[in-house]
Amino acid sequence: MSYSEETPQVTVLPPNKEKIKQLWTVAGILGIITAIEFVIAFTMNHGPLKTSIFVALTIVKAAYIVGEFMHLRYEVKVLFWSILIPIIFIAWMLVAFVYEGMAISTVR
Amino acid sequence: MGASYGKLMMWFFLLSDAFTFSALLITYGLVRSSHHAYSGAVEAFKFSTEYWPIPERVYESIPFFYGLEAPLVFVGIMTFILIMSSVTMVLAVEAGHRMDRPAVEKWMLWTILGGIAFLSCQAWEWTHFIHGAHEGRSVAEGTTFFGANLIQNQYGPSDFADFFFFITGFHGFHVFSGVCFNFLIYYNTVTGVYERRGHYEMVEKVGLYWHFVDLVWVFVFTFFYLV
Repeated sequence: MSYSEETPQVTVLPPNKEKIKQLWTVAGILGIITAIEFVIAFTMNHGPLKTSIFVALTIVKAAYIVGEFMHLRYEVKVLFWSILIPIIFIAWMLVAFVYEGMAISTVR
Repeated sequence: MGASYGKLMMWFFLLSDAFTFSALLITYGLVRSSHHAYSGAVEAFKFSTEYWPIPERVYESIPFFYGLEAPLVFVGIMTFILIMSSVTMVLAVEAGHRMDRPAVEKWMLWTILGGIAFLSCQAWEWTHFIHGAHEGRSVAEGTTFFGANLIQNQYGPSDFADFFFFITGFHGFHVFSGVCFNFLIYYNTVTGVYERRGHYEMVEKVGLYWHFVDLVWVFVFTFFYLV
């Protein structure tokens, strides 16, 4: 590669304060939810209720990461839905397999 | 579709990767729910192959504090490290949009550092898991077994350690690849490749991958360490 040619003039824009503030807010939310999960892990007994709370909080965290950090919320609708709809298969797989697992445990 | 080809393909790759990770985690769910659950008090918990171990009694050590019981603290630190490196990555992307090369370099370095820190933590955790600690578990021949391998482990059914190695290992390998990609991006930024190209879209694409690694960890953390 030749470096003799003139480097193109680049205009550096000032930091987008609002955007950066929003990103740190999301980071704060993720941190707080993780802290809540910690508290629940040591204060509640194991059971279906505890598991559902953890799953719900995890989905909230996932939504923030995918929506804000990965910017999916602001992408065009076609992309948004073509990523989101196939997730249905995962949900179905989860329900079917865990149900199967519980059925196995009754015959063991 | 209004998104660039490269970004679109990264998204579809990540979707396929999500299926792979889901398959691993759901298989874990199947095998775990087919074993008996431990139903006594947490304090009275003993390692046994009769039931699935509860995570807060397996992962309760932190480096430099031998014998101190600090359940889940170390994985909490690892989670925090990965979330922070996700934030620095997204700040690098923001700097890239503004064509601010020094800022991209700075945030990419922090992201790489976060990735290396996470991998180091995982190396310690694996070492600890493999060598074992505490009282071990009595085996049939009258001896005590410490630690874990793919055949048997002190914590519970052999499937437990197998899933630990496969799931955290597969995720750790993703982190390792991510650190390599991030370094490549950092290198290209420093040498001015993206400045000459006129845009920093590569930072964005690799950023998507890096956030995905963080996303997977969120699920591994919940299903492996909390539930």
